[in-house]
Amino acid sequence: MSVVPAEVLPAGMRAADESPVTAAAELAPAARLWPSLCAVYRAQLSRARVARIPLLFVATFQSVGIMILMRGVVDGGAEARAVVAGSSVLVVAFVALNLLAQYFGQLRSSGGLDHYATLPVPPAAVVLGAAGAYASFTVPGTVVTAVFGCLLFGLPLTHLWVLAAVIPLAGAALAGLGAALGLLAPRPELATVLGQLGMSAALLLGVLPAERMPEVVRLARDLLPSTYGVEAFARTFGERPDWAFVLGDLAVCGAVGCVSLAVATWAYRRAAVR
Amino acid sequence: MRGLTKTYPAVRGRRGAPGTPEVRATDDVRLDIRRGEIFGLLGPNGAGKTTLVRQLTGLMRPDRGSVEILGHDIVRHPERAARILAYLGQESSALDELTVSLAAETTGRLRGLDVHTARAERDAVLEELGLTQLAGRPLKKLSGGQRRLACFATALVGPRPLLVLDEPTTGMDPVARRAVWSAVDRRRAEHGTTVLLVTHNVIEAETVLDRVAVLDRGRVIACDTPGGLKEQVAGEVRVDLVWREAAPLHVPEVAALQDRVVESGRRWTLRLAPDEARAVVATVTGGAAFAALDDFTLATPSLEDVYLALGGAAQQGLVKA
Repeated sequence: MSVVPAEVLPAGMRAADESPVTAAAELAPAARLWPSLCAVYRAQLSRARVARIPLLFVATFQSVGIMILMRGVVDGGAEARAVVAGSSVLVVAFVALNLLAQYFGQLRSSGGLDHYATLPVPPAAVVLGAAGAYASFTVPGTVVTAVFGCLLFGLPLTHLWVLAAVIPLAGAALAGLGAALGLLAPRPELATVLGQLGMSAALLLGVLPAERMPEVVRLARDLLPSTYGVEAFARTFGERPDWAFVLGDLAVCGAVGCVSLAVATWAYRRAAVR
Repeated sequence: MRGLTKTYPAVRGRRGAPGTPEVRATDDVRLDIRRGEIFGLLGPNGAGKTTLVRQLTGLMRPDRGSVEILGHDIVRHPERAARILAYLGQESSALDELTVSLAAETTGRLRGLDVHTARAERDAVLEELGLTQLAGRPLKKLSGGQRRLACFATALVGPRPLLVLDEPTTGMDPVARRAVWSAVDRRRAEHGTTVLLVTHNVIEAETVLDRVAVLDRGRVIACDTPGGLKEQVAGEVRVDLVWREAAPLHVPEVAALQDRVVESGRRWTLRLAPDEARAVVATVTGGAAFAALDDFTLATPSLEDVYLALGGAAQQGLVKA
């Protein structure tokens, strides 16, 4: 009945079945961290073309809209700086935290993680590659928001280069958080909710001027990693920015990034092998 | 390479959702798969095929038992599975938004190939499967069968001595199916690749498999070549009778059969010795019974019959795709 009979096999293979050779087969090489990280990063980045562009526009428009609204409320000075910095970092929170949490939540629940889990790839490569790609998605939106904000509130564009440090560091912290939430949430809906809540927190605590907030909210603000990105960025709008504080804030972002990405990697390991 | 490639006396007790009793998805399964073999796991939905495969691929740790692939203990070193086997799961969500070409290349890179080798293998595999035309299209935009074929392509990038394929041909047209099986055969002929195939397509199982294990409620109820399994019920042939309206029970020969039939609507299915079958056919094709007969078929047993004869899942039968 079989159209693919055993005769197809090379001669002797069947006979070899009985011979008691015990040597274990050679293992194929595992993928190394950097090449596989680059491969994941590139693949994730290409997804933007297919799936993410509309949402990147939404992220930018949302921040631009908030700045226009806030223009009627704040009257320049420190508050304006906080609004522009907060709106810019909000783009990072929207994409890196919210969208990445959703992505990993869906991937986990649909069984898509099996694809990666059955490839010899280091867990860190999958998490860092995806987090890096999502952080990269935020670059155009963040830059557009920052430039627009500076023009709107008449802030100097001199130190906008600091975004080159703010985006990757805040991106690492928020993407790590997003990945961890997505991978740890038992259901994809919960991952979505957590991602949304995280973004709402970044919106309320980052954009609205802290001075007008009650003490509890200020405490919550200090706990949110995006705050330090906002603070670092806001300081650079000053006449003579205090670079030590900027570096300090960025260092907090970096440290939170390392921790949250490590947690996300652990969460991936846990989610991949059940 | 030993004849014995995998052994699992694997007992897995998995707790279901609260309120449901504990479910044993695989219950003391023990299988040996030989090198270079196309080995099938056949069984209805919920028989434990996927659980078994997940244990085999290191995705799930069995509660008890051992899995050995080509001399490697997969229960103790689940991470080694990825370096021995390529797995084609049922889900494509990790690849859906990539183009066919990038999905294949990325998978090759993650299987440890360098850029040049990954690209060369990608091109070769896409060409072999006739996917070159679709290389630039995202998987999401392809039809179900094409997407399945693209996923199969990613499983082939980067050589592996064992392919674990979970229903690889679902939704495929005959051309794509043929491409899959000839690609599998080529790897088997050239590299002695072993294939573990999960299927509930009985017809495919009969044509492509060297040996097949029939799973039912987590247990292996039979394991042999398709021919060997069919010999277990070889003494019987299957007679299907379809009546125009109701069975002509006034004909004594027909009435005598009544307690041996499996009835479904107007259809009577009988498993009979060849002589008996001949007599039944003679009866129903002549005289009063013939007037009531709409159609009949006489068939040698298929794997479906084997499954039913072995008492699989409350006699429901397999899904015949």
